Amino acid sequence: MTMRKLSGVVLAGLTMAVTLLAVPVVAIAADTPNPPADLKAFQKYFKDKFPKVKFEDFVNGPYSMDEGLYKQWKEKEEFPPYEFALDLGKELMAKPFKNGKTLADCFPNKGIGVRQDYPYFDTKQGKVITLELAVNQCLESNGEQPYSYVKDEMAAVTAYMAYTSRGKVFDVKIPDDPRALAAYENGKRYFYTRRGQLNFSCATCHVQSPGERIRAEVLAPALGILNAMPIYRSEWSGMGTTSRRFTTCNSQVRGVPLKPQDEEYRDLEYYLSYVSNGLPISGPGARP
Amino acid sequence: MASTIRVRATASGDSTEVQALIQHPMDSGFVKDAKGQLIPPHFIQQVVVEHDGKPVFIADWGPAVSKDPYLKFAFKGGKKGDDLKVSWTDNKGASDTLTAKIQ
Amino acid sequence: MSSSIWNDATVSRRAVLQGLGAVAVIGFTGIRFDITEAFAAANDKYPEDAFKQKSEADAIKSLYGKTAEKSDKVKLDAPEIAENGAVVPVAVSSSLPDVTSIAILVTENPNTLAAAYRILPGTAPSVSNRLKMAKTSNVIAVVEAGGKLYSATKEVKVTVGGCGG
Repeated sequence: MTMRKLSGVVLAGLTMAVTLLAVPVVAIAADTPNPPADLKAFQKYFKDKFPKVKFEDFVNGPYSMDEGLYKQWKEKEEFPPYEFALDLGKELMAKPFKNGKTLADCFPNKGIGVRQDYPYFDTKQGKVITLELAVNQCLESNGEQPYSYVKDEMAAVTAYMAYTSRGKVFDVKIPDDPRALAAYENGKRYFYTRRGQLNFSCATCHVQSPGERIRAEVLAPALGILNAMPIYRSEWSGMGTTSRRFTTCNSQVRGVPLKPQDEEYRDLEYYLSYVSNGLPISGPGARP
Repeated sequence: MASTIRVRATASGDSTEVQALIQHPMDSGFVKDAKGQLIPPHFIQQVVVEHDGKPVFIADWGPAVSKDPYLKFAFKGGKKGDDLKVSWTDNKGASDTLTAKIQ
Repeated sequence: MSSSIWNDATVSRRAVLQGLGAVAVIGFTGIRFDITEAFAAANDKYPEDAFKQKSEADAIKSLYGKTAEKSDKVKLDAPEIAENGAVVPVAVSSSLPDVTSIAILVTENPNTLAAAYRILPGTAPSVSNRLKMAKTSNVIAVVEAGGKLYSATKEVKVTVGGCGG
């Protein structure tokens, strides 16, 4: 073997070793997909890392990681900035379409107290259905214009639906269907894959470094990270949905974002929600 | 159309605590839009809170007050069931008012 | 003798309405009568000049016509590090008697006066609000009590946001 080839092999080996070392071992799957084992390992990792944080407080993201932030958040929660989105969401749920039906009619129990049932794997459609996708599927099937996925009406409606589901815990199921398992694995793979010029994966920030700062922001743990969605971010001076956060996160690592509700984003949401099973819905939330 | 003002007024003993959240852009005039143009200042200048027709609190605001501004203060003499009126005017001459009952 | 504009009892209702008119868009007819009544009853002009001042000394002078002395009886509650400069919760309260006004200034803001509150008789000398801070700055709370001014200062760090939580 020539020196060049040998060094190439060594380099590849080193790169792989570094990549493997860079991500906590707990995150790497065994050879056969085993979501329940993933869930257990995932939640144990965070509980061990933050023994003082109460399990249900993981849904508060950076606020459970930093006292100074916690105090500012509590003050804002006294009369939170997402109040207006809630009112708009309630209105939109009940507003009749041209055909007389309403958004509420598309959901079980008129959309009250159901946020924790999303996302789910729809065996008929053969894909992951997120709450946002369900809202737009409802609008389109009733001849209405779909909402933009990232803010405004979509944020208002999902905020209201989250609000009426507060306290209910995620209980995402993976049905006995190879496509569902594939979607889960796809989401998990996305979560741990590095991307963008900054070469970060979701895990780089939210598994490796929660509670630490990236520039001036305190990072949230991946555990429970979707439970507070949609969020009013001070940075956006407004509401944003899960779609908005996924796309902006991609941009922030200088990667090219996917389109909102692209398959990979939905699968990512599926994975992240599953491993947060047992945690309560706390949305809508306020974030820095 | 829904009011821009949300009020929570609670009486406890002889003191009434008032919290208000107002929907308003509070544009400072220092921020540029996507096209690089300055967004003109558009902010609430004065908020007047009245109890039983009498002013109890007046806020004079500049554009450094946050978007969707929040206010909390307390006054003596309010009782459960009393009317509390919150009004604002902004630099463009717009205004809104809301009367809520003290809880 | 300097008198604070807050105590100017000779401001006529006409002057108040003229003052309001001066800031209204020409042709706007939407000011409701009951609201103008409220503002007239408030018997107070919006301190437009004070809000234009760049330095805290000038803003305080424009607002009150006097200077403030530091006092530990003015309590200023603000975070060490603001979560986000756009929404910084700031609360001011005082144990001084006869408080008639509370003002909050952010020294590094383009115009230093952020907000001023008239504490009418029967109202507690305390207020909570949320302010914008352009960058790390001193926040100054000024309390007018018994005709004199007292202040407290706290530095609040404002950092450029990173990649979010």
